[in-house]
Formats: sequence, structure tokens, C-alpha cells
Amino acid sequence: MADPMRIRAQAAGDKTTVRVLMAHEMETGQRKDAAGKVIPAWFIQEVSASHNGKPVLSAQWGPAVSKNPFLQFNVKGAKAGDKVSVSWTDNKGEKRTDEATVT
Amino acid sequence: MKQLLIAAALLASFAAAAQQKSSAEGIAEYRKMLEDGNPAELFEAKGEALWKQKRGPKNATLEACDLGKGPGAVKGVFVELPRYFADTNKVQDLESRLVTCMETLQGLNAAQIANTAFGRGEQNNVTALATWIAAESRGLKFNLPQNHIEEKRSYEIGKRVFFFRAGTHDFSCASCHSEDGKRIRLQDLPNLTKNPGDGIGFAAWPAYRVSNGQMWSMQLRLNDCYRQMRFPYPGFGSEPTIAVSTYMGVNAKGAASIAPAIKR
Repeated sequence: MADPMRIRAQAAGDKTTVRVLMAHEMETGQRKDAAGKVIPAWFIQEVSASHNGKPVLSAQWGPAVSKNPFLQFNVKGAKAGDKVSVSWTDNKGEKRTDEATVT
Repeated sequence: MKQLLIAAALLASFAAAAQQKSSAEGIAEYRKMLEDGNPAELFEAKGEALWKQKRGPKNATLEACDLGKGPGAVKGVFVELPRYFADTNKVQDLESRLVTCMETLQGLNAAQIANTAFGRGEQNNVTALATWIAAESRGLKFNLPQNHIEEKRSYEIGKRVFFFRAGTHDFSCASCHSEDGKRIRLQDLPNLTKNPGDGIGFAAWPAYRVSNGQMWSMQLRLNDCYRQMRFPYPGFGSEPTIAVSTYMGVNAKGAASIAPAIKR
């Protein structure tokens, strides 16, 4: 089970800024361990976000994204009290979804 | 002609000074940009959960752990550590105290944790716990107690360890950290023989290091300083490491803690 994300969503005027921190190794598949064996690639491939259940963002990520990635985006029209949820799927098929309330 | 040359040399030195300042500023700007998404928050969340989770052979939480302000008190303890603890009859820093609690309350093996490499097994949990507890004192000013004889002794040992030169490079902590305005490559080095200012030196760790994606506590910070000085690795939670922390912590009196910070 992957560790939870930290999601903060703050409304200002008619747009809401969403900041997401994801806990993930993001292993590129290019590195070798102490024994000289390649460490298999393990990274987030798909990211999606929804606002009150309606999809607002979908992205395809690769191994160039850093470990414990940070993602920030704006949602137009989201108000305080609305729900923003973020999901990711990695190349091993592991998934994680977390939700936050806009403040 | 001579005057012209002097003028040119002066100009060149001004240009160099300006450039030097801008690289330090550049790093400060870079840290500022990263601050908003400091992955240390992930470790904070993990640490808080671990504090309240029943674990170990005794299936207990750490909520009865005394970090210096009574059992269970977490806020403000970080800026008063290392300090003397009567039950262990030792001056302990945050991490060694946490390991003591993990043994007495949860029944985990303290010696085994101390021998575990950083970033592995229970050491990861110690780091996460230390990150959360440090975060609970964010913005508070360092004020280490120096009333007990053992605390004064620890400070004096720490001072000696700080200035102790050895190893293949004949280095001591003081070689890099006893003067203002020194740097290693582009990183400014804090002067740790006095209060280096808010959120600098002792007041900035635990910190998340972006370059290797690791969360570093003070024990690991010191361990790596000793590696860079080509010393043998000090034991985890050993008396000299705690003494150096006491020395830096007492010197930093009045400095506000920004831990957990973010580092390049």
C-alpha cells in the first residue's frame, strides 16, 4: 500500500490552487544497486484529478519526474467546500487516490 | 597605464563579488521555490501516524514517551534537546530519546535500531518521528537547558569534539564551521561556534535533501560530516554526537527553528 498524498486546495477568487505532494520512489530504471544489478523502473505513469467527481486534469508521466513529486495546478470555478481528488497509477499497476476539501 | 590596470583589477574584483552574492541568492531563491512542496511533509505525516500507532512486542503507542516536557508532550520539546534525562541518567538528543522510548514502551531492541543503517528498517521510522516532532516546534526559539551538571559536561565535551582535529585530512568541525562567510562550493557554511541566525545550522535539521531524495535527521547530518572529514563513522546516538549537538544547540540559543527544512 502506497503512502498517502498531501493535498492542499485553496480558493482565491474564481480559481482554486491545488498543491499535491506524492510519496513515490520514482525509480528510473537507469540506476544500478551496490551489486551492479539494474534497479527496475518504478514510476508514476498516469495522474488524474477531478473536481466534485468531474475530471479536470489527466497527465502521462515518465521516469524523468523526481522522487516524491510535487504537482500544482489551478481549477477554475472551484469554491470552498468543493472536493478535489487526485489519483495516480504507476507502472507496476499500483494505485493511490486521495481527496481534499477546498478551503 | 598603471592606474588603468588597478582600476581594471578593482572592477574585476567587484564583478566577482557581485557574482558570488548572486549564486548564494540563487540558492536561496531555489529553496524558496521548493519550500511550497517540501516532501518533508510526507515524513511528518508518517511520523505523526507512527507516534499514535500501536507497535512492537508490547503493542503500545509512543504517546507516553517523555521527550523532556512530560509524558506525551510534543510541542516545544525539539528546541530544548539534547537535555538530561533522569531515567536513563544521560544527556540525550531527540533521536536517541526516541529509540529509548521505542525500547521501554514498545519493547523494540534499541541496540539493534542503533546498528541499523540510516534509511533502512526502523531507522526510517526514527527519522519520520523526529521530523514530525521537530515540525511541532517550528518557529520556536532554541533554548537548551544547561542547569544539570551532565548538560554542562555534555557542552564541554561537545566543544572539544568540535575542535578535535584528526583523520587523513587533519580536519575538525571547526575547520569549516568556526568563521563567518565561508563556503563549500556554492553552499554557505554556517559559523556554529555562535548563533548563526534563524533557521541556519542546528536550527535547519531535520531536512529533506532534494539532490538524493532523502530525509536527514541531525544524527545523519553529523554522520555525513564525519564521512566528509574522513573520520571513522561515529556510533548512532553515541555520546560525542550528542555532545556536538548540545554544543551547537546551546550556541544557537535564540535562533528560531525552521525544521523540517528543504536543502539542495
